[in-house]
Amino acid sequence: MSRQTRRSFLQGAGTAGAIATLPLSLVEVAFAKPGQNFTFAYISDSHIQHVEGSKFVRNWDRGLIRAVAEANLLQPRPDFVMYGGDLAQLGTKAELDHGADMLGSLRGKVHHVMGEHDYYLDLGEYWSKLFGPQWYSFDHKGVHFVVLNSILTYDEWTYERWPSAEQRMLEMAGLDNPNGSPFMVGDRQRAWLAKDLAKVAKSTPVVVFSHSPLQKIYKGWNFWTEDAEQVQQLLAPFDKVTVFYGHVHQIQYNQIGNISFTSAMATAWPWPYPETYAQAESHLPKLTVHMNRADPFFERDATGWQFIDVHTGRAATHYNLYNNKVRTVAFDAASGRPEDTAYQAPGARIAPQSHF
Amino acid sequence: MRAITLVLTLAVTAIASPGLHADEFTPEDLARWQAQFEGVVAEGRALWGDGKLGRNGVACGQCHPNAANTHPETYPKFQKQLGRVASLWEMINWCLRNPLEGEPLAADDPKMVALLAYATWERRGVKLEPGKH
Ligand code: HEC
Ligand SMILES: [Fe+2]
Ligand SMILES: [Fe+2]
Repeated sequence: MSRQTRRSFLQGAGTAGAIATLPLSLVEVAFAKPGQNFTFAYISDSHIQHVEGSKFVRNWDRGLIRAVAEANLLQPRPDFVMYGGDLAQLGTKAELDHGADMLGSLRGKVHHVMGEHDYYLDLGEYWSKLFGPQWYSFDHKGVHFVVLNSILTYDEWTYERWPSAEQRMLEMAGLDNPNGSPFMVGDRQRAWLAKDLAKVAKSTPVVVFSHSPLQKIYKGWNFWTEDAEQVQQLLAPFDKVTVFYGHVHQIQYNQIGNISFTSAMATAWPWPYPETYAQAESHLPKLTVHMNRADPFFERDATGWQFIDVHTGRAATHYNLYNNKVRTVAFDAASGRPEDTAYQAPGARIAPQSHF
Repeated sequence: MRAITLVLTLAVTAIASPGLHADEFTPEDLARWQAQFEGVVAEGRALWGDGKLGRNGVACGQCHPNAANTHPETYPKFQKQLGRVASLWEMINWCLRNPLEGEPLAADDPKMVALLAYATWERRGVKLEPGKH
């Protein structure tokens, strides 16, 4: 890929007229050392929802269409696109097909992560037909990428508890539903992961994608993976590990040992932080500078997508917020953890939007 | 003067007569009222997750798990987008009409009362701060 200057980037984007929403200056960082660095786009949680016939919920459609259109404007082109899961709302063929159609306009290779909303109707059967295996790994420019299906749960819950597949899907779809069940990667996949990682040098940067956070944040809303510690243990021997996850529909980041965690926003709707639920306690990592409260009168507020550059095996994530400034969370070599590049220090934060 | 005294006496007798004590609740009364309230909260919780409340299958709970981010303790408050002080039920109708593409409910519609009861119950214990942003 040839070296891109800021000017050529502007020219590329200028033709399409969405400049203001694209993270312009950030592209230069990624290509400061050409050859070593690369970028990818990260889109997640579109929750395409079937109403009836050929009708789908307009709001969620618009979110995905916008993210796809903007990701297509990125110049230089990202090496690939990650889709973080929850493409559908209730896992139906109609929803997955419609979502796949919209994603079909993306320029470049798309890798997929399984979300619980894609899975619990037919246990991933149709999704796998469309998008391939539910867990896999690949190597790209010296980085080892791993994709996990982290939204599995106990067999009894999955196979025995519910009278129908539709009900099982509905029970798992309600975020705050006490009948739900905690997510997990499970023995089989952890055994696969151990084997997959055995052939990777400890100095190789490892980037893992899961749908649920591979850390425990708030069980009541399934911001949670039951065997998170066991997965973390498998990742512990590597020098540089980054975990990306969707599901939480908000900006979160954290550092646990050698592992940097960064979440994705949803294209569909934002979620409140678990702390805002007065009857619950959560373990939301202290490192996270919260997103501003969303404006209910602007339906795309606090939704968006991400643009990530990977340099020297560490990631910087640019959150493309529609009604707010772009936020960048980048691994900080001095502190050894991901930090918001503008708003980490309390004194530097912009006051939360106060008019909603 | 005499007539007035008579009327007063009658009134006092009426208030004091057995069976008309307005302020002595029995445990049965309290239990019944609590059950009524809890029933309405449960109805509200069910409506909160009900894709049929609006017209596009979307439910309040998709964006407000456990009714989070509805801030009942801050209402009534000035709502910039409406340009005036609004009550909680008006914001419920805003979300009902927009993300749910549905019809607004009357303030005293039993469904609205149930939605309000559930949102407020999930926020119990939080200090009242009317007008706060
Ligand atoms: C698409 C997501 C979405 C759906 C669905 C939705 N809302 Fe909202 N709603 C929001 C957002 C975002 C806000 C702003 C939250 C804030 O102020 O922090 C909001 C605000 C509110 C508020 C006012 C909160 C405040 O402090 O100003 C109330 C009350 C409310 N919603 C109730 C409901 C009810 C009841 C339903 C179902 C009929 C519903 N909402 C459905 C997204 C949604
Ligand atoms: Fe999601
Ligand atoms: Fe999810």
